[in-house]
Amino acid sequence: MTAPAKTERSDRQPARLVDLFEHGLDAPICLTWELTYACNLACTHCLSSSGRRDPRELTTREAKAVIDELEAMQVFYVNIGGGEPTLRPDFWELLDYATAHRVGVKFSTNGARITPDAARRLAANDYVDVQISLDGATPDVNDAVRGPGSYDTAVRAMRNLADAGMKNFKLSVVCTRHNIPQLDGFAELADRYGAQLRLTRLRPSGRGADVWDELHPTSAQQRVLYDWLLAHGERVLTGDSFFHLSAYGESLPGLNLCGAGRVVCLIDPVGDVYACPFAIHDDFLAGNVRDPGGFTGVWRASELFRELRTPQQGGACASCSFYDTCKGGCMAAKFFTGLPLDGPDPECVRGFGEESLARRADDGTQVPHSSVDHSRRTAPRARTGPVDLVLVRRPDLTAPPVSDCAEDPLAGLRFS
Amino acid sequence: MTTVDLDRAWDLHSQVSVRPEPFGALLYHFGTRRLTFLKDRRLLAVVRSLADAPSAREACRAAGVRDDELASYRSALTALVRSSMVVGRNP
Repeated sequence: MTAPAKTERSDRQPARLVDLFEHGLDAPICLTWELTYACNLACTHCLSSSGRRDPRELTTREAKAVIDELEAMQVFYVNIGGGEPTLRPDFWELLDYATAHRVGVKFSTNGARITPDAARRLAANDYVDVQISLDGATPDVNDAVRGPGSYDTAVRAMRNLADAGMKNFKLSVVCTRHNIPQLDGFAELADRYGAQLRLTRLRPSGRGADVWDELHPTSAQQRVLYDWLLAHGERVLTGDSFFHLSAYGESLPGLNLCGAGRVVCLIDPVGDVYACPFAIHDDFLAGNVRDPGGFTGVWRASELFRELRTPQQGGACASCSFYDTCKGGCMAAKFFTGLPLDGPDPECVRGFGEESLARRADDGTQVPHSSVDHSRRTAPRARTGPVDLVLVRRPDLTAPPVSDCAEDPLAGLRFS
Repeated sequence: MTTVDLDRAWDLHSQVSVRPEPFGALLYHFGTRRLTFLKDRRLLAVVRSLADAPSAREACRAAGVRDDELASYRSALTALVRSSMVVGRNP
């Protein structure tokens, strides 16, 4: 779950922020807004199955109306993503509009459009933060997931941002089986460009469902990740996405709460509002910003969100001594692996998730799929070199060829 | 710094956004990107009046904080100063 920034409690406040948040707020603290499903890349684990632009995408005017609502609700910031959000022709216009209305913007990009000019523009705005996505500390590991050349693109973007004087932008990494051994490498890379490292969890959402079995960290790697986060926790952001690891013992820094529909949500490119960015599925669809009550109406009145704001029962996890911090893990991870929502997370560190996954084969569990898929239908055509042509005269023709309609229907007919 | 000086002038950091909530308020700092919360409405009133009050003590008094409650408000303000949500102001 994407959750708000790190929290702090002052000395005189015994209540926990997490307890206040469990019942939801009148307005989200932050939300994710995928501006477009269009993307120049085709990452194998894309959580929104992006690729092609949806013709029903919100218009500039509709997007600005959403920002007006966010301003009125005092939403502190939006996490803008996609697709590749900078592909929207009005991207910069919307970014300026949001920050001028005191809605902070954090946006995720693969870096393709972070030119030196764009980097200078970003560095000059105090209310903008940038997350460069990179899923390997070396080109081979990254490009296997994100596509050829994507490592170089991301590193060039980081260099441009650093050269423009942008401080503390984020290097955003989805943790996989192949990059867990590179955690120190990522930290060095972030340091080199004055960036802050952000690690998030691979979810079986979107195309991620197709590769999750092969890409999600092994249980031994989860332990490595946990120890690494404990050692580096204060300097590394996690979007609160590893709270299921707290069952190893100590809680990780952050809220340790699934904020879905309580303090965060997702607006997708066509204005559909989902409980969280990892839950693009009809079961988690709360409404649309084009509905009469707008986004505010969806946030405050949707049945789904009301349900999510009632105290959750631990189900099969209720008796676990770690339930208080782990809370049964990630709702989306369970849903898209076909596990019951009131049971253990598929990556439960005590191994209960793996047991549930193993049982699926026997009990005929159907794994749900999202009907929202904007993947490009075909792979881009492989580039080839120039085609060599050899011009020859056809030996069977007695006269130069003419077009079909100019030719006599009896042409070529030979009478013996 | 152990505790804030209640007799000097303070202000919210210019990059801090305050959102009132039924339980008090949420504060978000756009510079440090940290979120924190105020546990009660009177603390919110104190924080909001810092900019115009000659001192934090005056801000507390105006918000109806009694002398015997002052210590706990002082430590709340101390935490806010530590996280740069509240900064010193030269009157």
